[in-house]
Amino acid sequence: MKMFLSGNEAVARGAWEAGVNVVSAYPGTPSTEILENLGKYKEIYAELATNEKVGLEVAAGASFAGARALTCMKHVGLNVAADPLFSMAYIGVKGGFVVVSADDPGMHSSQNEQDNRYYAKMAKIPCLEPSDSQECLEMAKLAFSLSEKFDTPVLLRLTTRISHSKGVVEVGERKEHKPTGYVKDIVKNITIPAHARKMHVKVEERLKKLADYGESFSYNRVEKGDKKLGIITSGISYQYSKDVFPEASFLKLALTFPLPSKMISEFINSVDEIYVVEENDTFLEEQIKALGYKVSGNCAYEKEIIGKSKIPIVGELDPTVLARAFGLQKESPYKPLELPARPPVLCPGCPHRGVFYALNKLKLTVTGDIGCYTLGMMEPLNAMDTVICMGGSVTAAMGLEKALGPEMAKKTVAVIGDSTFFHSGITGLVDMVYNNSQGTVIILDNRITAMTGHQENPGTGKTLRGHEAPIIELEPLVRSCGVEHIQIIDPLDLKQTEAAIKEAINNPVVSVIIAKSPCILIEKKFKPALKVDENKCVGCKICLKLGCPAISFDKSKKKSQIDPMFCIGCEVCASLCPKQAMGRGEVVA
Amino acid sequence: MDTVNILICGVGGQGVLLAGDIIAETAIASGFDAKKSEVHGMAQRGGSVVSHVRFGQKVNSPLIRQGEADVILSFEEMETARYLQFLKADGCLIINRQQIIPMSVATGQAEYPVDIVEKIKQQVKNVVLCPGMELAEKAGSAKAVNTVLLGALAKKLELAPDKWQGIISQRVPAKTVEMNKKAFESGYDQQ
Repeated sequence: MKMFLSGNEAVARGAWEAGVNVVSAYPGTPSTEILENLGKYKEIYAELATNEKVGLEVAAGASFAGARALTCMKHVGLNVAADPLFSMAYIGVKGGFVVVSADDPGMHSSQNEQDNRYYAKMAKIPCLEPSDSQECLEMAKLAFSLSEKFDTPVLLRLTTRISHSKGVVEVGERKEHKPTGYVKDIVKNITIPAHARKMHVKVEERLKKLADYGESFSYNRVEKGDKKLGIITSGISYQYSKDVFPEASFLKLALTFPLPSKMISEFINSVDEIYVVEENDTFLEEQIKALGYKVSGNCAYEKEIIGKSKIPIVGELDPTVLARAFGLQKESPYKPLELPARPPVLCPGCPHRGVFYALNKLKLTVTGDIGCYTLGMMEPLNAMDTVICMGGSVTAAMGLEKALGPEMAKKTVAVIGDSTFFHSGITGLVDMVYNNSQGTVIILDNRITAMTGHQENPGTGKTLRGHEAPIIELEPLVRSCGVEHIQIIDPLDLKQTEAAIKEAINNPVVSVIIAKSPCILIEKKFKPALKVDENKCVGCKICLKLGCPAISFDKSKKKSQIDPMFCIGCEVCASLCPKQAMGRGEVVA
Repeated sequence: MDTVNILICGVGGQGVLLAGDIIAETAIASGFDAKKSEVHGMAQRGGSVVSHVRFGQKVNSPLIRQGEADVILSFEEMETARYLQFLKADGCLIINRQQIIPMSVATGQAEYPVDIVEKIKQQVKNVVLCPGMELAEKAGSAKAVNTVLLGALAKKLELAPDKWQGIISQRVPAKTVEMNKKAFESGYDQQ
């Protein structure tokens, strides 16, 4: 049967067909739909993990039980999960153990464009790179058997254009895998130094076997074409290269760590000129170049390798960028027109808006975090100073305070979402209490993991599949971390919000404000749109400071106006208007 | 047949991504290979949205190369101009007559470009202007703008209208199938 699937859907389908038993993962663009789709298969235990480290460890535990296990995450998620990954690389597996990393070249929705193939190299585990949805399905299946065959976790590495592109996929049926059961084996499963020293020897032997396997691995393949140009490539870069250089010979690699050095040198020696086409870093290029250096008489080939000397290392690769790098892109006959940018904005009625309006008004230093609310940095709210990583708001505020003294704590607020707080904000908050901070943390509790497309979290009372779950309430959680000064507010009430922030920053203890209001896209309790009474509006533009997409300023009339298509009637602007011009009453035209 | 490239652009929330799905699925139902690419996540929140759809005998890259789009189907006037570099020299533009004001314009920091459609027409010969909202309302619901635009697109492509209608019927709520049929036809017939 054929289906039209995204790479993420295909990975989920492939894992299901391979008989995966346990899946645990934290959402993160561009990986999220893998978990969402696995959650639809009833045969699998699938859960939303609290963070990526938790997800990888739960999957590792399932592998100990002889179950086939998978975890998936965005590239930066693997930084969080790196600690258990490196241990599991030594321990190996019992049931097949697959770690999916979805990288984000071009940073469509991320803070960096790190190349996670290096994790495979550093952890000394195999790396598989599919180049379309069909290969996503096939390699997700294959990754489990590879994992079991070589006693290793397998890194399945996707990128945004693999995860979020759709293609036609031939799907199969599920082959059940019954967990083989837990057997105590402390030499294998306890990483004390005495054991780990032996494990490392095995890891090195395993790498050699994998490199040999790669030489005859069917997904590492040569496509013979014109001998003048040979292209070594992998993943989505293969597809771009096929379009830009249709006549060339190709070495398409799928197992990109460890590399098949014999296959590579034979290919290089079979063509005149050689390009290495890859997105992100010089992962293939530097390993291939190393084969060409003469060390004690050994040199696999003698030829110049052209890669990142021409292809940009910064930003996403695409057919246009690739063609331009080699002077093959014709300039467009159309002249670009000057346009205002259209960045994403907080939705109309978003409860975060009230908090950021108040923070901007009070001119505080705001350490921010990862979520929709990072948009609080945008004009006109302009209410964020730093963003490091998941959970980094709480601890960055702590560092500012400890560097500059308690006076800084009176001018600083950390802002973090509910899901991000569960993910990695709690440990930072414990640090603040333990080390006598006087700082303030605002938890934006919108009862959902919004930015990645509305997933449940430990505070929502629902599991991945929407089943009932215990609600981990924020207030008692925060209290049990030792925080005594807690305020719960409605962020749509601007006066209450501002007063709560003022009280918190001036209190010489750790203060937490829980700004509680559900994401408007969840409850969708929209009220009728408001209208601006033009007789009352004096054109003061105060309402524009909210940065609401529904409000704009009519320059000819010198009045604010509300677009009824966008307004959801949250009334925050009405509460702000000094002339009470916003309302639902009779509007005099 | 050469690969057909269609770039769809607009603003988050307008239904750009669904339209891309329907085009690709119609092509597959007509016996072609197809790929489609778009971006999810933060980029969706009211920001500029673009979807690439390609179909033919065999499609490699899911992304269209600049200068190779046969059609740009634009849900919003100004967004058309943002992606003009993708259009082929003799390519066709289908522009929905709608302007959505970005935040920088709403707050008075920037201006919505004046006469943007006229400026585009000075550069591109083959332009279809589609009053999507007006036709959708006539068909029964303002929400059917993207179905109207798909009708306008279908006129430019060699995929059979009944294939389009079949896929659209599968993808819209059951109660709205008849209304969407009308919306598709009004887009198809308006040129």
